Amino acid sequence: MTGVLPVALANATKVIGNVIHTIKEYVMVIQLHTPVDNERLREVLRYFTGVIYQRPPLRSSVKRVIRTRRIHYIDLLEHSDRYVLVRVGCEAGTYMRKLAHDIGLLLGVGAHMRELRRTRTGPYKEDETLVRMQEVSEALYLWRNKGDERYLRKIILPVETAIAHLPKIIIRDTAVDAVAHGAHLAVPGIVRLTKDVALNKTVAILTLKGELVALGTALKSAVEIANMKKGIVVRTKRVYMKPGIYPAVWKKRQEQ
Amino acid sequence: MGLVEKGIRFIEKITKNAGYDQEWIILREDDTSPDYGVLPYQRPINEHIRNGVINLDKPPGPTSHEVVAWIKKMFELERAGHGGTLEPLYPQLG
Repeated sequence: MTGVLPVALANATKVIGNVIHTIKEYVMVIQLHTPVDNERLREVLRYFTGVIYQRPPLRSSVKRVIRTRRIHYIDLLEHSDRYVLVRVGCEAGTYMRKLAHDIGLLLGVGAHMRELRRTRTGPYKEDETLVRMQEVSEALYLWRNKGDERYLRKIILPVETAIAHLPKIIIRDTAVDAVAHGAHLAVPGIVRLTKDVALNKTVAILTLKGELVALGTALKSAVEIANMKKGIVVRTKRVYMKPGIYPAVWKKRQEQ
Repeated sequence: MGLVEKGIRFIEKITKNAGYDQEWIILREDDTSPDYGVLPYQRPINEHIRNGVINLDKPPGPTSHEVVAWIKKMFELERAGHGGTLEPLYPQLG
């Protein structure tokens, strides 16, 4: 199977786990064991859109109990004789091989997954940022042997792209070092936040320059935070930025 | 363009490119000092690598784990990781 596999380098490994539970999109070739007419196929595919029940296959890394998964869409791209090409948008943890099998069952003819390519995983898509191993190797060569870092900069995306899907809170310079030390975030440190900040949701805490400082859990919604004068509103859970990059304003205050 | 404007624009751009749409609630205005910190796309190259993600087109054949091991070795890094297994033969998860 090919397609979108975001790979985090060194420090970025800390936050890449956050894209695992995001929406996935695949392009899949299903092989039917007997041809069916197009009308019937469309009808069955519609049936698999929405919440479906799925038992993880024998070869799987999770417990084999029936669970529900949401299929956001199944677009029929091509259908000829026994071959069906679909684009599927689904919740993380949906087994495509199983989906193909179950579509075959409902059609009454049997089917299996023939080919699969992932075209999206959360914030990463099959777009101009998608690069092949060969391009990585060439960019590294040009940097190491020709001193040209331009290609490397083109193929490596800043770690902040890995939190693009999360609600965001931007904080003042004076609050950065405290959060980098693991402190929770209080209202006066906040400059702006996105409207999707919600209770118990993971949020990304960023500097005014756009640098990732930490991930936290929101204790209030965006609207509630906007109406508060003081108080802790985000519990810091994963610090990304090393302490000491921004001045320790809070430390000075303590010493005074 | 000021540093703050560049920082916010950067965040808005990566959000939009990823296909998400977010609106801001502005609580106060503030400035940022050029004396510390750096715009994410202006990190020195070594820092850029260590704080980077590659949107890799996984080749068929190797496991996601093997691909990560190659990248790690190529860049001579102590750590690397991926966002969601994409296995060579078996149904993927995540």
